[in-house]
Amino acid sequence: MDTTIKNSNLKSEEYFINMGPQHPATHGVLRLLLTIDGEIIKKVEPDLGYIHRSIEKMCERDSYQQIVHLTDRMDYLSSHINNEAVCLTVEKALELEVPERVKVIRTIIGELTRIASHTLWWGVMGMDVGALTTYFYGFRDREMINDIFEETCGARLTMNYNIPGGLMFDIHPNFVKRVKDFIAHFKTKLPEYDTLLSGNVIFQKRTKGVGILTKEDAISFGASGPVGRGSGYSCDVRKHHPYSALDKVKFKEILKTEGDTFARYQVRVEEMWESLSIIEQLIDNIPEGDYKVATNAVIKLPKGEFYQKVETARGELGVYVVSTGTKNPYRVKFRSPGFSNISLLNHITVGGKIGDLVATMATLDIVVPDIDR
Amino acid sequence: MNITLSITTTIYKFLSEYMSEGAANIGTMVTIAFIYLAIFAVAGLYLVLLERKVAAWFQLRIGPNRVGWWGLLQTMADALKLVSKELTGTVKADKFLYNLAPYFVIVSSLMALAVFPFTKEFQAFDINIGIFFLIAISSIGVIGILLGGWASNNKFALIGAMRSGVQTISYELSVGLSLLTMVLITGTLQLSEIIEVQKNGWLIVQGHIPAVIAFMIYMIAGTAETNRAPFDMVEAESELGAGFHTEYSGMKFAYFFLAEFINMFIIAAIATTIFFGGWLSPFGITDAIPWLGAFWFLGKTLLLVFLMMWFRWTFPRLRVDQLLTLEWKYLLPLNLLNIILMALIVWLNLTIQF
Repeated sequence: MDTTIKNSNLKSEEYFINMGPQHPATHGVLRLLLTIDGEIIKKVEPDLGYIHRSIEKMCERDSYQQIVHLTDRMDYLSSHINNEAVCLTVEKALELEVPERVKVIRTIIGELTRIASHTLWWGVMGMDVGALTTYFYGFRDREMINDIFEETCGARLTMNYNIPGGLMFDIHPNFVKRVKDFIAHFKTKLPEYDTLLSGNVIFQKRTKGVGILTKEDAISFGASGPVGRGSGYSCDVRKHHPYSALDKVKFKEILKTEGDTFARYQVRVEEMWESLSIIEQLIDNIPEGDYKVATNAVIKLPKGEFYQKVETARGELGVYVVSTGTKNPYRVKFRSPGFSNISLLNHITVGGKIGDLVATMATLDIVVPDIDR
Repeated sequence: MNITLSITTTIYKFLSEYMSEGAANIGTMVTIAFIYLAIFAVAGLYLVLLERKVAAWFQLRIGPNRVGWWGLLQTMADALKLVSKELTGTVKADKFLYNLAPYFVIVSSLMALAVFPFTKEFQAFDINIGIFFLIAISSIGVIGILLGGWASNNKFALIGAMRSGVQTISYELSVGLSLLTMVLITGTLQLSEIIEVQKNGWLIVQGHIPAVIAFMIYMIAGTAETNRAPFDMVEAESELGAGFHTEYSGMKFAYFFLAEFINMFIIAAIATTIFFGGWLSPFGITDAIPWLGAFWFLGKTLLLVFLMMWFRWTFPRLRVDQLLTLEWKYLLPLNLLNIILMALIVWLNLTIQF
């Protein structure tokens, strides 16, 4: 682009600005190197590594039971689903069949985790486009879920409820009642989300037609989760490769074809309704039985390579384990959804304004520890 | 020049009984200055508290309730904290302009406060070009913001300041024109006379349709003038951190912060004076007790302040290009048409008079 004004000595220049690692919109310690021309973004380079903790390397040192606890700290907003991914991999390798009860409870808590993660995302999304009130509405509902978790396993965020072979404890006697209370509560509150934010003219103006991601790009960049589905890419692992009790429930995979920020927003809001329906289908018929099957105190996986993927709140999380038959894995690789999704950032924000970058980044739903691991 | 200085005259008369003419003059000025500084500080601090409470009610929270009864001393404590804080600065900043900037902002708000008739008697400075004065003074504030952002030697602050410049200059047109629409009815710029005119009915009733349009334009543009959400481009915290006052700390930050709240009060006070009859009571119910005018004035103003807080805590923020589109493509043409409509209504004597 010609940046000089004709017949004038005035000249405009592109300049460079450091967004983060300490910045309210980067949701943690992500650093973006922005090249800007006035308000228009020319280039975005995410600089990762500020919260890298070598989780994959630490896995090589630990036993399989211990690895579960490390995965909490990756995508801390869907910690239960991360745990489940590791447990499913180990169970797959050991060819261990867990009781039906375990499967159903895992799915219910997994979907509760998804709702909790999406409510937090919704609140923060509102904050990023300047509507501060949404944050507290989102947290009001998330708090109820966290209370359920606390009663079930003693922790609110990094739960560690899964162990290879089942669950750490049985569910609390109040569990069913409280989940039902939550469903009744949330069904009245979810329409408020639309009244407060989705229906707002300013919000729609800010998000429609912004940060457009085509289906082809979504596939070639490896986008997954709501980011991929907002572009019409059917990528729900729960639908295509059901795990735990997800093959027993009916739910709709939300797909939008617009591929813009508003489509990704809508996918997440509608996913909360679907998650509610999944929980409703399962909560009344949790089968009786054991909450775990006995495993050896020292788990040794057979020699070989094992892969299991699950759908976290952010997309597809893959766990790849190479075992040499010892009590530690030889190599563990996590395919985290955030890492693939953040790679889109430069592609879909160039040409927009600074405000667009923030709105787009909010709908990519970044959790930085998930990107860095 | 028809300038009546009611409280000024009262204080002057009182003082001149005890001292010489010159000393009484200076004494009057000092007294008035202290009264207004006190109003300024109290109004600023309690508007901050009000905003925090209103925000809390919108957000399912309780708000500050620990310092003093119902949190009434909370903002006092905050101000004390800010006074005692270290004044930091940036290296290679333009020190003189950096230090000067907060004063531009605070002085312009203070001066604007002087012309408001709180009651019939309580008005420091009844200038015959009152509205013109208000528009002129309120545009000085933006110089402070531009200076602060530029002199901070920080790119985030600079972006914030530039956005502020663009925004304030654009929206000043709408503020000015919507006020001028109402001046067509009153035929005067003097605030005390504008209120006299409204004894036949508040201007929003007298001017009916164009007055309501002008009021809506004024509230939108006024909110934008104060740089508050949904027009808070200047300090869009999710985009720019703290915007133009990123590098300010302690009392200098407090000046910017207080000025924002005083400006909000001023915008609401102008609307009260021009559209809602200032200190006049509805249907003249308390005409017999003149000092109750202050109650009506503050009541109406705080209602409008609440309206602006309502905007802030429910709306998302506009993007900078949408902000300018709104002003130049919608509000400004509408405003010009509205002036013609108002002129026709005044010309054809279609105003509603009681």
